[in-house]
Amino acid sequence: MTATAMPATTAEIARAYREERARRAKRAGLLKHVFLILTSLIMVYPLLWMLSASFKPDNQIFGSLSLWPSTFEWQNYWEGWNALPVSFTTFFWNSTVVTVLSVIGNVISCSFAAYAFARLEFSGKTIWFALMMMTLMIPYHVVLIPQYILFLNLGWVDTYLPLIVPRFLAGDAFFIFLMIQFFRQLPRELDEAAMIDGCSPFKIYWAIIMPLSLPAMATAAIFSFIWTWEDFLGPLVYLNDMQDYTVPLALRSFISTDGVSQYGPMFAMSILSILPILLFFIIFQRLIIRGIAMSGLK
Amino acid sequence: MASVTLSEVRKAYSGFEVIHGIDLEVQSGEFLVLVGPSGCGKSTLLRMIAGLEDITDGTVSIGDRVVNDLPASQRNLSMVFQSYALYPHMTVRKNLAFGLSNLRMPKDEIARRVADAARILRIEELLERKPRQLSGGQKQRVAIGRAIVREPQLFLFDEPLSNLDAELRVQMRVELASLYNRLGTTMIYVTHDQTEAMTMATRIAVLNKGNLEQVGTPYELYNHPRNLFVASFIGSPKMNLLTGQATGQGIDLSGIGRLPTRVAADGAVTVGIRPEHLALDGSGDIAMDGTITLVEYLGSEIFVYVDLADGHNLLAQAPGNAQFKRGDKVRLGFKANDAHLFDAAGNRIEAKA
Repeated sequence: MTATAMPATTAEIARAYREERARRAKRAGLLKHVFLILTSLIMVYPLLWMLSASFKPDNQIFGSLSLWPSTFEWQNYWEGWNALPVSFTTFFWNSTVVTVLSVIGNVISCSFAAYAFARLEFSGKTIWFALMMMTLMIPYHVVLIPQYILFLNLGWVDTYLPLIVPRFLAGDAFFIFLMIQFFRQLPRELDEAAMIDGCSPFKIYWAIIMPLSLPAMATAAIFSFIWTWEDFLGPLVYLNDMQDYTVPLALRSFISTDGVSQYGPMFAMSILSILPILLFFIIFQRLIIRGIAMSGLK
Repeated sequence: MASVTLSEVRKAYSGFEVIHGIDLEVQSGEFLVLVGPSGCGKSTLLRMIAGLEDITDGTVSIGDRVVNDLPASQRNLSMVFQSYALYPHMTVRKNLAFGLSNLRMPKDEIARRVADAARILRIEELLERKPRQLSGGQKQRVAIGRAIVREPQLFLFDEPLSNLDAELRVQMRVELASLYNRLGTTMIYVTHDQTEAMTMATRIAVLNKGNLEQVGTPYELYNHPRNLFVASFIGSPKMNLLTGQATGQGIDLSGIGRLPTRVAADGAVTVGIRPEHLALDGSGDIAMDGTITLVEYLGSEIFVYVDLADGHNLLAQAPGNAQFKRGDKVRLGFKANDAHLFDAAGNRIEAKA
């Protein structure tokens, strides 16, 4: 508004304020987005670098600074797939088997355990809960050796069993805790209504709790998928035969002990190895959103 | 239809007793309302009847069967919860049918019952919706529908109207009453709202701190409260209470005067007088002078708050057209016959003829 203006009408004053507010919002928005775009670029740079490296001939990967390859070496992909004594078809299949079974095992067993902690009464519940939470604080590397000896005595080394069976035994306290927290916020009156409707505790879990907990299940599935898919240490310890290797182990095999490494094909395979994670995330994140829309009981 | 008998029912949570031995007989086909202030144990009692809460001691019988150890689903009852507890991931139709399909009922029988309930409750056009797409009143109807499809011998309601707004609450109250008239099934209804209790109940059971204070028809509770708690809990606005001393000649109300009513034993008494029995023209058997501190206008009536000279605060009710304003001096009076008398222990005593 200018000082020389006639006594303004309410509509004019309101418009002036509105425009001023819009201008300010635009300026603030611009600043915010510049900042966010810059930080995102820093975050995705390694990924872009790897993507570009996967198209470069070996001599250019560490030689050229440009993200844009001078020539596109598509054969990095064809070569990479068959560069090792065993084809990547086998490695992807191995990884898929281990990962899918692990995800299924984790989601089912952890939600069982979580349901018991969140809803059922049993003696020593608080002690068991504390013990379960304590396992969260023990680093994987501490239990690695005792676990290895256990599986060795069971004769499971060189099989996938050490990687899969523990997943079916609710071994991951993080997922259990995540689900307990989710189950606890579901109203108990739902359980009670289901009890009157003739549900057993298992039916309550299966027909009421489980379908209402899709967001928690999806979160657990996504993390479980990512962690298993990219797990390196577990397969390294338990798998010795290249025929059994999972993708991360296979990628490591590109860096050969004799000093001659094929970086182009390795980066090409690295790019392929993250695609399943991306795909899995895209599919399951919809469930998370749908789950949030489902709340609002009253 | 079934009767419900509670005998010596107790409930304790890790040694701490919250229900202290309740005996209650709910007759077959009766609409019994459990009413009391929050924390009095009324919901716990209902949940014990439902089978959602263990019974620490005593027995609960439905019909002639003791159900202490029978799981909720086998007690042949339905319950409507305060939060409705509709299954959010199921359509209204599935919500209604869920309990029936758990009973392995034939599909066409389920369809018939769901259709019947939907028609009675006028929710036919909502059957394919999810609970989140329903308004509060509609959810309430579906919750009731889920209860009636089972055609149980006993309905339990746990404060079913408390989540509704005032207007809808009145409407649902009327609908529940007509549903009761139509089905004639035994109903036990928990509420803290004494208007709901008064309007719907065949009989009311008043609970306080885990004890049963009085069971009776709304008329009995209002006109013959057995003790001070029931007297002040039932009735809105509340009964006025004055303390006094009974002597051979009458009751001396401290700082006010003598009420010409004689009781059997001398000693401290409490005189209760309902607001509608307080006359603002000083008529009656005793008169008290005071100043109006507040006038609440409700349309058909007004509530007049009066401070007496001795510090007592009384509430009187007058017709809506009465002209009173703050600061007016008034003379209150009431008839000895309208007064309720309670002894030092808070139990009702009758005046000697």
